[in-house]
Amino acid sequence: MSLMDFLSRHGSEILQATTQHVWLVAATMLLSIAIGVPLGILVARRPWLSKPILGSANIAETIPSLALLGFFLTVPWLGARADRLTIAALTLYALLPIIRNTATGIAAVDPAVREAARGMGMTERQILFHVELPLSVSTVLAGIRVATVLTIGIATIAAAVGAGGLGEFIFRGLAMVNNPLILAGAVPAAVLALAADFLLSLLERRLRPAR
Amino acid sequence: MSAHSEASPQRDAIIEFRDAAYRLENGQLLLSRINLTVRRGETLVLLGRSGAGKTTALKLINRLLDPTEGEVRVEGCRTTEWNPIDLRRHIGYVIQETGLFPHYTVEQNISIVPRLEQWPRERARARARELLALTGLDPNLFLSRYPHELSGGQRQRVGVARALAADPPILLMDEPFGALDPLTRAEIRGEFQALQRRLGKTIVIVTHDTNEALLLGTRIGLVEAGELKGMYSPHEFMRSNEPVAAAYAAQLRVFNGI
Repeated sequence: MSLMDFLSRHGSEILQATTQHVWLVAATMLLSIAIGVPLGILVARRPWLSKPILGSANIAETIPSLALLGFFLTVPWLGARADRLTIAALTLYALLPIIRNTATGIAAVDPAVREAARGMGMTERQILFHVELPLSVSTVLAGIRVATVLTIGIATIAAAVGAGGLGEFIFRGLAMVNNPLILAGAVPAAVLALAADFLLSLLERRLRPAR
Repeated sequence: MSAHSEASPQRDAIIEFRDAAYRLENGQLLLSRINLTVRRGETLVLLGRSGAGKTTALKLINRLLDPTEGEVRVEGCRTTEWNPIDLRRHIGYVIQETGLFPHYTVEQNISIVPRLEQWPRERARARARELLALTGLDPNLFLSRYPHELSGGQRQRVGVARALAADPPILLMDEPFGALDPLTRAEIRGEFQALQRRLGKTIVIVTHDTNEALLLGTRIGLVEAGELKGMYSPHEFMRSNEPVAAAYAAQLRVFNGI
């Protein structure tokens, strides 16, 4: 079977699965940024929280993803919908790099700059939004980039609980011992990961403050 | 009462330390029960070694620290009664490393306090131009540059311009010229002296440089190991018998022999 034949037979299906995959990843990233960046700020502000918060995120990272999905399946509200539980599980994995990079970025802001800001009468809030976050944005973005690439990969497992995405092809291909089918899932996932990595690194470079 | 009767020191005082001490939580005493008065319009230099407690004293004035004993008064009010934000906007602050925001242009850096105070953009811009010219930098050349595009001396000038932006009556300077090479340092110091005469601000400078203290200070407060050893006019300082002051004076005389 030629590539063209394969694509004409599965093309629309691949496109649909890719869209679904992107949706799962996008929702995960929005959620994990919304949770991870504030947690990172908290860790930078209260260093004693660093151990419990980063430790928990670290432990989450070590749970096998299939096991985590299986476990979430049994949790009442969460397990009711496949996409819901998938996004929750993916978010847990995406948190660590985001929290860690946010905390590192903020901690790396020159203390003289922070002191000057306080001395000029900026409030803590103004210091955060006008000084600390703008100065650490490229580090935070680097964390988001790592998390995105990671999530695109892990999201292929979502098919195991019926959340769809490119994993569908991989699982089907495995079951049918059909290599082209496996590739139909794996190649678009790899392309997505590379594209996300490239675009986010461009953004990261653009937003890096001059030194 | 005659019209030009000498104002009482109390009325003239803009900053007062009353038995002000600062102790770390681990019990270490950084500053012990200091009493001093800064008069309106004068330039007080706190001279002392690194770690003597000068910077701590400075930070008690703009409430970056609160005294653990005694009190510090600014414009007659205890610093702890001031809203820290209002107090700090009332006081310009210049530090050695300048603390310029690396992601802001020179103009944005100078306009930080005016923008926080909701000045219209045009007024803030005009003020930034005026201040750059005042500190000896060509506004057309420097307004849109970033701090990393400036030399150390230029950065320090912008730091001073930024502290003066909202025209605060008080200026605190922590080793303002410390990071500069000797020639630039002498140059900027000289300009600053002229600026000081023109502006008539109340200035408190922290330094470990005797030359700087003698040149810029109308009075010199000698700080050693967390204590205020004495207050002198530059003239008195050079003739003081106080051992630490005498040591500083002697260190200067070494060079007169060359």
